[in-house]
Amino acid sequence: MYSHNNFIQTELWKGGPVPGQFYNFPGTSQDINAGNITAPGLYGSNRSSSPITTGTSVIGVKFDGGVMIAADNLVSYGSLARYQDVQRVFKINEKTIIGAGGDFADFQSLKRSIDQKMVEDMCYQDDIEMQPKSLYNWLTRILYNRRSRVNPLWLEMVVGGMQDGVPFLGHVDLRGRAYEDDVVATGFGKHFALPLVREQISEGRLLSQSEASQVLRKCMEVLYYRDCRAISKYSVAVSTAQGTIVQGPFEVNQNWQLATLVKGY
Amino acid sequence: MSSIGTGYDLSASQFSPDGRVYQIEYAGKAVEMSGTVIGMRGKDGIVLAVEKIVTSALYEDDAATRIFTVDKNIGIAIAGLLADGRYIVDIARQEAANFRQQFERTIPLKQLTERVSAYVHAYTLYSAVRPFGVSVILASWDEEQGPQLYKIEPSGTSFGYFACASGKAEQQAKTEMEKLKFAEMSVDDLVQNAGKIIYLVHDELRNKDFHFEMSLVSKETKGLHRLNPQPWYDQAVQSGLAAKNEDDSDNEI
Repeated sequence: MYSHNNFIQTELWKGGPVPGQFYNFPGTSQDINAGNITAPGLYGSNRSSSPITTGTSVIGVKFDGGVMIAADNLVSYGSLARYQDVQRVFKINEKTIIGAGGDFADFQSLKRSIDQKMVEDMCYQDDIEMQPKSLYNWLTRILYNRRSRVNPLWLEMVVGGMQDGVPFLGHVDLRGRAYEDDVVATGFGKHFALPLVREQISEGRLLSQSEASQVLRKCMEVLYYRDCRAISKYSVAVSTAQGTIVQGPFEVNQNWQLATLVKGY
Repeated sequence: MSSIGTGYDLSASQFSPDGRVYQIEYAGKAVEMSGTVIGMRGKDGIVLAVEKIVTSALYEDDAATRIFTVDKNIGIAIAGLLADGRYIVDIARQEAANFRQQFERTIPLKQLTERVSAYVHAYTLYSAVRPFGVSVILASWDEEQGPQLYKIEPSGTSFGYFACASGKAEQQAKTEMEKLKFAEMSVDDLVQNAGKIIYLVHDELRNKDFHFEMSLVSKETKGLHRLNPQPWYDQAVQSGLAAKNEDDSDNEI
């Protein structure tokens, strides 16, 4: 009797999650249930070709006397807003802060290594701390090495802090590509947030600390409206000559009065 | 063969007929030759202090330090053979890192002590190795557990303490420490008493010069283990010198 249990309407779930199988995220062409993840197939082995639990944009801005990095507190599982109270910006030591977008598991594993490095730093008992440029450079080596093994850490990282008393801000991605700038962003932020910040620093003038936190607030607001992988809660890591601190979570300003006028969706 | 060990002192893996393991006792002798090391646990902080005997004027001031950082909030002070001590510190660092890798938090001092003392103890069991000639004092402070202090002996035994001492003037330092009420002691009091004790127990006739070394873990150091931190270091030295001068003038009368 139960061998023909077609009373379960499988059609209803078509394209959705199947019990006992991995979920294929929309937008990825690869079928992860095909069994060719690590076993060498016809075209070689095929691994880490998409992230699983992800963070979206991170934005970093230099201001006169420091650096700020902001990211919302969401870690998504595909399009599901799975973990809504997770820090994605961190204090590494009194001179260095980082923010991470991309695969959050990859980031957590990387951060363990970084934290252990900071302990080793302290064991020297010489009061010398790692500076952001060293971490930035180290990350380029790690990420480039992993991309060369065709098994990248699926990350887009923002590194900031005080390098010999001068603000430093850099960006490293999953291929090990890296650049420094007065303002950097990852993911969707590159499209939405960068122009908003650049507007404010057009004459090559650095922002003040309060201007920087205002412009970051505006960026997080815009990203919340336009990026479907963002939420309204965000945190900010700040590095100045006085040290580093993670502030927040803050709530973005939102106004949905217009929503009633939107038609046709 | 007719002197102390009479044949039973050549191996750490053999008892003597009266139930002793001489190699462990000799390791204890190595500790007794070392400069005095103390650890004291107060209300909301913990201090390690060392009488670092200067064996040559040619050394730099910070050479041959006896206090080490093992993890952010964990310090170790070593009495005995410094080379053995450094190796133990390395083992402790590996254990702390291993714990961090597994649990993503700092190792509780009790567990670190258990792991390191198991290691020290293993070196008292085999004929192919000798016991470590060190007494290890471990100290930590954190928000949940407060100040913690443990000592590991060359035999691999370990205990928790309010205050402990090792080295040349262990007995004298203990006598001084028994006069104090540690449970309600502030960090400042702790530091001043540490300076006092180290300066008092230093024997100028046997070793003319020494270097005072101390470390502190407490809320005031942001929960970090700090070597010779200011302003506490100066406080300790000042109260140490004052105590010593008072002691000297007593002797003159």
